[in-house]
Amino acid sequence: MKYAHPGEPGSVVSVEPRYENFIGGKWLPPAEGKYRVNLTPATAKPICEVPESTPEDIETALDAAHAAARQWGETSTAVRATVLNAVADAIDAHRESLAVAESWENGKPVRETLAADIPLAADHFRYFAAAARASESHTTEIDANTIAYHFHEPLGVVGQIIPFNFPLLMAAWKLAPALAAGNCSVIKPASPTPWSILKLAEVIGDILPPGVLNIVNGPGGEIGKALATNPRIAKVAFTGETVTGRLIMQYAAQNIIPVTLELGGKSPNIFFSDVMAADDDFLDKAIEGLVLYAFNKGEVCTCPSRALIAEDIYDEFITRCLERISRIKQGNPLDTETMMGPQVSAQQLAKVSSYVDIGRDEGAVVLTGGHKAHVDGEYSGGYYYEPTVLKGDNKMRVFQEEIFGPVLAVTTFKDEAEALAIANDTLYGLGAGVWTRDGSRAYRMGRAIQAGRVWINCYHQYPAGAAFGGYKVSGIGRETHQMMLEHYSQTKNLLVSYDPKAMGLF
Amino acid sequence: MRTEETARRVVATPAARAAIERLCRRGQVMFVQSGGCCGGSAPMCFRLGEFAVGAGDLLLGHVGGCPFYIDAALYLAWREPQLLLDVEPGSAEGFSLPAADGQHFVVRS
Repeated sequence: MKYAHPGEPGSVVSVEPRYENFIGGKWLPPAEGKYRVNLTPATAKPICEVPESTPEDIETALDAAHAAARQWGETSTAVRATVLNAVADAIDAHRESLAVAESWENGKPVRETLAADIPLAADHFRYFAAAARASESHTTEIDANTIAYHFHEPLGVVGQIIPFNFPLLMAAWKLAPALAAGNCSVIKPASPTPWSILKLAEVIGDILPPGVLNIVNGPGGEIGKALATNPRIAKVAFTGETVTGRLIMQYAAQNIIPVTLELGGKSPNIFFSDVMAADDDFLDKAIEGLVLYAFNKGEVCTCPSRALIAEDIYDEFITRCLERISRIKQGNPLDTETMMGPQVSAQQLAKVSSYVDIGRDEGAVVLTGGHKAHVDGEYSGGYYYEPTVLKGDNKMRVFQEEIFGPVLAVTTFKDEAEALAIANDTLYGLGAGVWTRDGSRAYRMGRAIQAGRVWINCYHQYPAGAAFGGYKVSGIGRETHQMMLEHYSQTKNLLVSYDPKAMGLF
Repeated sequence: MRTEETARRVVATPAARAAIERLCRRGQVMFVQSGGCCGGSAPMCFRLGEFAVGAGDLLLGHVGGCPFYIDAALYLAWREPQLLLDVEPGSAEGFSLPAADGQHFVVRS
């Protein structure tokens, strides 16, 4: 089925001509009254206007967050969990409209937002509601008269800067643990995707106490910086690219606050000979596993953008994969049959295109794709790129640089040792995939690959409860796991003496 | 350090140099090459001194009198090309300064 475009008659999503910042439970216009137009990449036409805030709006948001921080922080975990569960229920109840809004703004296919992004976002709040309820702290008997009591206390107000590729899910990954741990948040959405999170705020805004969630849209250099350098935040969390990640860490140093960073990747997806041992469900799954580089049009930090295929199965396996890729349906992201939507922006499209040119120049062979995609009718102006496969070697730029598009770099390996060497020959260490019927090999490879998330016989699964984060320059800290509650808390130690006698020092 | 060669490792189009000159009226800028991901491999433009350069960063050269840095390991992974700094329509990536209203810096290599 095809969903009507947001704002059009019959659409499940209403669109105002202009949206405001969400601060203190209210919709507030930006202080300087500046707005900019937000486009849909499906047609390159406007969706609505959003605020082009200034640092003053960050201060207003921090005022609201701080006004709410004490009460929210002192609320029992049981009550906080109830609130977060209500947030999850509201997201579930509005799954379709949130999915359509996010799909239209980002370009990702609605089948993905309906099946993955939105349900995962709701589940994230449930997971952290449960984790917060179940969390306990330790008591240590130092000696017969001295007890150390430990308490996890909220940090207070945190700043969170999220990327464009999963606007709602990344918001959930940041908000759920922060709020569960008793903090209030000021979020700065990414410039290409400022609106779908505002639709989320329409759905959950009344459920959260005012000031617990604040959303300020504006240019990164101004708003992101005003937030990250602000002495009134106790932590900054960032998902994005490396240079900005370094800058955020630097800003955090100025105020001595903790940082979690989720940065880029060039994740290897490794296919051993035994995947072709039988023409069965598992082989079919492995083929899909390779084609997952096209998931979210390749705009994923963990995109399995390098496929390493055992030499002896290469010809047959790649033939099967290319056939699967040829069946990728590309076009209107609001059509539930569409598998690949447009890239998020004109500049991302230009970047993908130039990388494929670089690949050609350095001798990579284009096995399929390699051009901007021709899409018919009203979508002909959108930012579409063909699913592309380049064959080459791991030293090529297209094997080392993060393209962030539907471009797969393919190479072969002779044996396990070579597969491992190629897999680890990258600056990054975010994700990896290992496909084999041999469990011991899977385990050996998984432990030897220098990445924070190794998928074994699967890929692109992001359940809460599985820790996610990077090795090497791919970042620090782990998300989607209850350990995040600690990242968003500080430990108070009460060291209590029950001894009536002085120490005898003075 | 082979200064003559490294000075040629980054060059700028006239449009980029004009943008740099306009930006510099409010103070010097610096460029730090981004590594891809959602930043689109854009050259990030900051006020001089904003970004703390470290021992792992390579000074590729100067454009319009402003330093251009890239992580040394990243530059090796890029196979040490000559970078051409240009401007294009679009929003500045990350925390980068825009080149001008509605324009951002890009590199071609």
